[in-house]
Amino acid sequence: MRSLSFENQQRLLIGLRYALLILIAMIFIFPIVFMVVSSLKPDMQLLRDSGSLRAFLPVGDISLDNYADAFERVPMLQFFFNSVFTTVVSVAAALWLNSMAAFSFAFLQWRGKALVLSLIIATFIVPFEVIAIPLLMVVNSLPWLGPGGIEIGWLNSYHVQIIPFIADSLGIFLFYQYFRDLPDELVEAARIDGASIWQIYTRIIMPIAGPILATVAILKFLGMWNAYIWPLMTIRSEELRPIMVGLQYFFQLNTAWGEIMAYLSVVTIPVLLFYLALQRAFIESIATSGIKG
Amino acid sequence: MTTAAEARQKAPLWVRWLLPKDAPLYQRNDAVIGWLMAAPALIILTVFLVIPFFMAFFWSFTNQRLISPNPTEWVGLRNFGRLLNVQVFNLEPERDAAGHIVYEEGAIQYPRLRTFTRNNPDYPHLDGLREFTSWQSGENRTVILVGDVVFLRALINTLIFAAVIAPLQGGLALVLALLLNQALPFINVFRSVYFAPVVVSMVVVSLLWRFIYDGHNGLLNTILGILSFGNFQPVDWLGNPYTAMPALIAMSAWQAVGFHMVIWLAGLQTIPASLYEAAGLDGAGAWQKFRYVTWPGLRNTAVLVLIVITIQAMGLFVQVDVMTRGGPLDATQSVVFQAVQRGYDKQDIAEGSAISVVLFIIVFIIAMVQRYITREKE
Repeated sequence: MRSLSFENQQRLLIGLRYALLILIAMIFIFPIVFMVVSSLKPDMQLLRDSGSLRAFLPVGDISLDNYADAFERVPMLQFFFNSVFTTVVSVAAALWLNSMAAFSFAFLQWRGKALVLSLIIATFIVPFEVIAIPLLMVVNSLPWLGPGGIEIGWLNSYHVQIIPFIADSLGIFLFYQYFRDLPDELVEAARIDGASIWQIYTRIIMPIAGPILATVAILKFLGMWNAYIWPLMTIRSEELRPIMVGLQYFFQLNTAWGEIMAYLSVVTIPVLLFYLALQRAFIESIATSGIKG
Repeated sequence: MTTAAEARQKAPLWVRWLLPKDAPLYQRNDAVIGWLMAAPALIILTVFLVIPFFMAFFWSFTNQRLISPNPTEWVGLRNFGRLLNVQVFNLEPERDAAGHIVYEEGAIQYPRLRTFTRNNPDYPHLDGLREFTSWQSGENRTVILVGDVVFLRALINTLIFAAVIAPLQGGLALVLALLLNQALPFINVFRSVYFAPVVVSMVVVSLLWRFIYDGHNGLLNTILGILSFGNFQPVDWLGNPYTAMPALIAMSAWQAVGFHMVIWLAGLQTIPASLYEAAGLDGAGAWQKFRYVTWPGLRNTAVLVLIVITIQAMGLFVQVDVMTRGGPLDATQSVVFQAVQRGYDKQDIAEGSAISVVLFIIVFIIAMVQRYITREKE
């Protein structure tokens, strides 16, 4: 056997490396492929195929029937709209309020700031499920100005899905870290030129906060779009339910797996598209915030 | 002419309260605007995070229920006492009138445990306890009696989950990061693919993996069958008490490993290339480069990654809720799942809150340990 030349050895090594990378990629992607492929198959075939590698191939009786059936079973357009609405409003409000608070922490001096900041960081370690029940009691006793005057209790509404989640400590902290590392001269020069604090925030700092805006937007988007327990606890009317809660409709009586796969695909594909659109900024700022955190 | 300090003294109380201690009065604008800009976020955090947290804390000392005809009573540490009560009890063999040990079919006979744990005035500290586990020690049986068997199971499971997944997920993430940390074409495509499961909802992931773990024609059994040329006996991964928890661990690591891979990658990129070149000139091999250049440069990242995974792992909930509901045989009970089940499903808010507080204290201790470890380095 002839030994390989140096160049061929290098080529072989690179080839092996790619083979390994592709193999690992398959591990990460196969459940998602399985989901989309299965959503195109009738139940019988879906269950039969999941015992073989046909589970990953769009073969046999392929159709969009599951999507049609899922749309019929669940008011999907309404749920989709509800999720888009609560998510968009929350993301917009979160970007505004969290960046504004972080701006104050990073550039303005006021008493108690250090204490408040460390309290905010301390709240990182409270898992949401731990406060879900007392939070339910809180929102149930808050007033809201409805069409018929002041009403008590926020249950069964859009705002109960939005307002409690607008401010979040991780968002504030990520903005704060980003602002803190900007050069001081930026703000000082603007002040000497007579800019007001509000102008510095809106005209100087926010326009250069792109990467961190993308990160906070994606984190908030994921949290809101994937919300499940909270809407389950607070929303009774069908016309206010977000999309994840719709999954409940598929486990009544007999489980229709093809429809579930279709529904999961409808739920997941927008998230994946959103991620792919912003992934560069997202991955890079997770990386930078992680290293300093 | 007044000094800055005198001007400060004359300012209204609220201005003095907002200004930092030694700040001159002309900065009052900053202080007021700074407070106003932070206020909306702080108010929301207070109402929807801090107040609920303290409510849970308060309820954990009461007998509060969601709906109850009786008024709420203060019960002190009773809820915690029951959750955390662990007693070691030596059960002595049954003896006949002559003082000989009673045997039946060759096995030593013991009095029934409930004679000690139910209204026995001689053993008030054992009242209401249940057996967690027991073993033979000489002619006696040592029994571990606990106040809340399911909670203790959940606590141990959660600690095991965290202790296994932290090194496993952190280590896999590092391996992936090392693989991706090279200048090859399309490397960013792989990075994006490995990261993709992170953005998929845990509810969706858990439902999909129910198919993969299915005992009849699940994908995992299929793949293992093909790889072993049909020699693999199918396993009902989620239905077997020995495989259910490892199955949850593997799935959770699969979902989140991309996130920590990205953090490792960032850590790797802070290590200057000149260090590797110098090591190469000294004749270091790949392993030595990793051992003496890469790893020391990643110390802080390692602490961060481990702590983040551990804290997230302590909150284990969705996987359990969607896939196993704590079963089989309580093998996948978790602390948060128990807190939700008791507080929400059984409407026993006091007990759910007490479990939440125990969890919070554990997570708080982990976070403090992290601060201590990272502080020493500076």
